[in-house]
Amino acid sequence: MAKGRWNRWRDAIVAVTTWTAAILVAVVFVWLLADIVIGGIAKLSWTFLTEAPRDAGRAGGIAPILVSTALILAVCMVASVPLSLATAILLAEFTPADGIFGRVVRRSLDVLAGVPSIVFGLFGYAFFCNTLGLGFSILSGGLTLACMVLPLLIRTTEEGMRSLSDDYRRAAAALGMTRTTTIFKVLLPAALPSLIVGLILSIGRASAETAALIFTSGYVDRMPSSLWDSGRAITVHILDLAINVPGGTENAYATALVLVMALLIINSVASWLGQRWLRRSIVR
Amino acid sequence: MSALHEPVMTPITSVNGDDLPTPLRRRLLIEANCVTLCYGQHTAFRDITLPIEENSITALVGPSGCGKSSFLSCLNRLTDLYKQCKVTGSILFDGDDILRPNVDVLNLRRRVGLIFQKPNPLPLSIRENLTLPLREHGHGNTAELNRKVESVLVDVGLWDEVRDRLDSPALALSGGQQQRLCIARAIALEPDVLLLDEPCSALDPISSGVVEDRIASLRDRYTIVIVTHNLAQARRIADTTALLWVRDGAGHLVEYAPTREFFESPQQEITAAYIQGARG
Ligand SMILES: Nc1ncnc2c1ncn2[C@@H]1O[C@H](COP(=O)(O)OP(=O)(O)OP(=O)(O)O)[C@@H](O)[C@H]1O
Ligand SMILES: [Mg+2]
Repeated sequence: MAKGRWNRWRDAIVAVTTWTAAILVAVVFVWLLADIVIGGIAKLSWTFLTEAPRDAGRAGGIAPILVSTALILAVCMVASVPLSLATAILLAEFTPADGIFGRVVRRSLDVLAGVPSIVFGLFGYAFFCNTLGLGFSILSGGLTLACMVLPLLIRTTEEGMRSLSDDYRRAAAALGMTRTTTIFKVLLPAALPSLIVGLILSIGRASAETAALIFTSGYVDRMPSSLWDSGRAITVHILDLAINVPGGTENAYATALVLVMALLIINSVASWLGQRWLRRSIVR
Repeated sequence: MSALHEPVMTPITSVNGDDLPTPLRRRLLIEANCVTLCYGQHTAFRDITLPIEENSITALVGPSGCGKSSFLSCLNRLTDLYKQCKVTGSILFDGDDILRPNVDVLNLRRRVGLIFQKPNPLPLSIRENLTLPLREHGHGNTAELNRKVESVLVDVGLWDEVRDRLDSPALALSGGQQQRLCIARAIALEPDVLLLDEPCSALDPISSGVVEDRIASLRDRYTIVIVTHNLAQARRIADTTALLWVRDGAGHLVEYAPTREFFESPQQEITAAYIQGARG
């Protein structure tokens, strides 16, 4: 009898604890979001998005910053997506899961994923800016970010391909199809949803990055005229307004709001595309 | 290469120990000689010698684990997919030994289609399931592909059911429809041989009947090897039946005979008992 009551109590305690934790996390998130919205919504307008910053960012908008950020992200994706696809295919399709080679590569990627971004920044500065002579430029910044998101992209893609049923591989082989066709026409399309998840995560990680970019893309807030120009990324702009520019807080908030909204939009569009693709080819 | 063989063949007599009562008339398309298959240390089957006649249906029966599926996958070298798997002996297909290392495996697999126990359409549309392998083997013309899609779907009796939704996902079809799609996909490649691994076992009796009828209707055009646990089915559609049995931990060929004799006057006690047990 007493035992039964204790068991019920234990269940109740576990339930209360998990619920409290979950609610706490949600509250923190909502608070953060509300803070950004309240602080930034007043300044947000079409001109804010289309004008250049004036008076060190206290006035004017963020157009050049948006362009620089988009260019940095584009460079990052163009460099990292093909590279990580190739690596993921190698790892998932051509090396056994428990082979030495696969294990070494996978372990190195995990280590790389844990390296603090400031270290990537220093590496990018030393390698892309100086050794390759790209200087403080959008190119250097994008390539540094590419190095940073590679592990994430590779591992999610690899997991996605490994989780596909072996039936597909057997069916394709029994039809006399080559490995190449099987990978590109059957396996990759089927793994697309996990590819998209990886892509969203890395876009998120890349656009939230500040430390690695200060050293590589610099913080010139003019409109870039080429990839070899220095460009200020959006997070760098927020940091600068918040720390270095007295009276820049309002614009910092508005910029942060733009960043959060852009991430939300990218996120939902990508997952909507993924869902649609999934429904076209596979029904669950 | 396409030599007609003498009516009574050594491999068969050596299996039964007697001359065959009914002489075999057709040409032999596949001749497996002393084929042994090992997965690492484990021998799946040993010394199987089995001739397969052209344009006939050969049924493989036997208890679970006696190596029927493994034997089928030797015939189109799907065994290559398993790292540990080693096949010895020789399998003559149209006179060529397909176990040689430098065989054109992709073309072999086109000529020897394998249909699995579990229907396994690719996660693509119904149409793409048929056209992707065709494109792979050099059929590029869209009009020709569309004609082909229709004709093979008619062949397997699926056309009327799917004609309006060729571009919807193949995985949305029912199990029986999926299995017929898989058969259509294999015959679209114009193979010489169809290997069917318990094609009806995952299906309800009605779909199973439909699939069986389709298989029977294909017998004149293809050489068919079918694995089945359903002895009545083997009896209905097969021209020849072979029984595999596990002995000393590995599969062996026990008896091989024209289906009538196999069921009416089995030469081996195991066969008689197996037929009896499965009947009773
Ligand atoms: N990929 C594999 N790796 C290792 N051993 C295997 C593999 N596939 C089959 N085997 C083994 O080989 C033997 C024969 O298996 P197989 O699948 O050919 O039997 P089967 O006659 O088709 O049985 P069932 O009627 O249940 O389908 C079994 O002992 C099985 O455990
Ligand atoms: Mg089997």
